[in-house]
Amino acid sequence: MNPYYIKEKKVSNTIIEIKGLTKNFDDQQVLRGIDLNIHENEFLTLLGPSGCGKTTILRIIAGFEEPSQGEVLFSGEDLTKIPSYKREVNTVFQKYSLFPFLNVYDNVAFGLNLKKVDKEIIHEKVTKMLGLVGLQGFEKRDVTLLSGGQQQRVAIARALVNEPKVLLLDEPLGALDAKLRKEMQTELKKIQQEVGITFIFVTHDQEEALSMSDTVVVLNDGVIQQIGTPIDIYNEPENRFVANFIGESNIIEGTMLDDCLVKFDDVEFVCVDKGFKKNEEIEVVLRPEDIKIVDLKDGQLRGKVVSEVFKGVHYEYIVQTDKRDYKVHTTEFYNLGIEVGMRLDPDDIHVMYTMEY
Amino acid sequence: MKHFKKLINPYIVWSFFLIVVPLFLIVLYSITKGTSTLVNITFTPEHFKKIFEPVYLNVFFKSLQLGIITTIVCLTLGYPMAYIISKASESVQGILILLVTIPMWINTLLRTYAWISLLSDNGLINRLLSVMGIAPAHMMYTDFSVIMGLVCDLMPFMVIPIHTSLTKMDHSLVEAAADLGANKVQTFTKVILKLSLPGVISGITMVFLLSISTFVIPKLLGGAQYTLIGNLIEQQFISIGDWNFGSAISLILALIIIALMRFMNKIDPDEKGGE
Ligand SMILES: Nc1ncnc2c1ncn2[C@@H]1O[C@H](COP(=O)(O)OP(=O)(O)OP(=O)(O)O)[C@@H](O)[C@H]1O
Ligand SMILES: [Mg+2]
Repeated sequence: MNPYYIKEKKVSNTIIEIKGLTKNFDDQQVLRGIDLNIHENEFLTLLGPSGCGKTTILRIIAGFEEPSQGEVLFSGEDLTKIPSYKREVNTVFQKYSLFPFLNVYDNVAFGLNLKKVDKEIIHEKVTKMLGLVGLQGFEKRDVTLLSGGQQQRVAIARALVNEPKVLLLDEPLGALDAKLRKEMQTELKKIQQEVGITFIFVTHDQEEALSMSDTVVVLNDGVIQQIGTPIDIYNEPENRFVANFIGESNIIEGTMLDDCLVKFDDVEFVCVDKGFKKNEEIEVVLRPEDIKIVDLKDGQLRGKVVSEVFKGVHYEYIVQTDKRDYKVHTTEFYNLGIEVGMRLDPDDIHVMYTMEY
Repeated sequence: MKHFKKLINPYIVWSFFLIVVPLFLIVLYSITKGTSTLVNITFTPEHFKKIFEPVYLNVFFKSLQLGIITTIVCLTLGYPMAYIISKASESVQGILILLVTIPMWINTLLRTYAWISLLSDNGLINRLLSVMGIAPAHMMYTDFSVIMGLVCDLMPFMVIPIHTSLTKMDHSLVEAAADLGANKVQTFTKVILKLSLPGVISGITMVFLLSISTFVIPKLLGGAQYTLIGNLIEQQFISIGDWNFGSAISLILALIIIALMRFMNKIDPDEKGGE
């Protein structure tokens, strides 16, 4: 029924298990009890605002930081006892961290050279990898003279060429322009599926997270807000933070009158959410693209168009009712100042628990 | 901005009198006859020819040899020292670096005399040896005593630049190496050593240049017959009074130093990056 559970069956064994992980720096608690299972071949994305602890989680998995409390298991083994150079994990660092004294080729070949792989095989793999990230012909170039985007792609190639069991990617596409970013997203996803590596991918770009991942983990301030498929996260945000962070939304306080019946702005709506207490105070998320503008007489809600912005594919309108302003996305054009009605289908109304804080 | 440029003028005048004029005089002395007067200057290449006499050539070779040995000893002792210091906590590092530089606060003469009382035939070390029943060793006025003195004198010039380059090294590169599977030893040889190369190069340059041009230490610890380039120059100016030959030797030494510095700059990876 829920697409997440279908996915869950396809996804195989747990490879990394994080239990009750906390991390303190001095007196600041950066991670506050993270519980997370990461599966083989999973594309898992850590998504959250700057400073929420994404990099710290990766650094603990890679072995550059010790957990303050909690456990990290890798294939059932306690990871903290294994030094970082022995872990079957490679990292694409947020700041690239390329070796300035090596050229592009030798940077990418660094890991394979350490493993004493045959020179010809190294040459073959490195050349293939450089082709994959679009840097063929750059072999002899000095990495310090590359552009940010090129350095980032060298960093991806340098990690990926080792074919680790788990690849940690810390905002690996941050320095690329929109077009290259899209290309690399597709390429990374393809590589991940072909080679069958687990990706733990960090980004604060929600669109990137939604389009690439099997599982999205939304983090805020060291606490997991929600774990789910991109569709789940987008359609069924569990709280106001997730709803706000992922996509644009109208968040409205309301009351759950009964199963599948919610009331907000003094209007009763049929919805699909069940299992709340009778008359429980809840919050409703309405995505701007789910609100349909209709003739005034057909509307469940009525208001006046007070603002119109062209966004490329669609227009963004602000419709002012006597209760609040609604943000609405549609491809139709409406004149400023006209009165319109708005309708909501039952499955466009997402009910969530009110956040305690 | 133009306004401030005027402030440089006094310095230009000063450097002219303190650097350019003496340099010009050295060049002039080195290519003229000793009998020249202000009105009657006769040029001659004889002083430069004289340097190629075996006696003097030997002095050059001896100096270079001693410089190389001193540099190698300083590097092999100084690098581990700098590395260990850089591993300590920040406050401890400050103290250790201070300790490394303490000898520099004491006058070279004083320190060198201390060596004499340690190393001489009836000095502290030999007396200790005889107490333990070991035959005394002759240490003063040998290559050993000179190198010992030079190494201790110049060690800070090796340790400090290496320490600086180790501490300002980008630590994330060490993590990147570990991430790619390098153990401690591999991380050191493949990454840390390469990143500290600029410090190593300036350490080598300084120690070598200072050791081939020194004259106090070889004179006191090597004895009267122990002659290096520095002593040769000193002799020509002070005891023999042949300023012309002394200038020629100084000029050759200066050329050697300039050539070496250019060479060292070439192999410094930091210099290459800017091209
Ligand atoms: N070594 C450290 N010492 C002290 N505080 C640290 C250290 N490393 C990280 N922090 C703090 O931990 C918090 C989380 O940092 P982290 O790097 O994990 O954030 P992030 O989610 O990766 O952010 P961004 O998206 O900006 O990269 C921040 O407040 C940061 O200041
Ligand atoms: Mg980060």
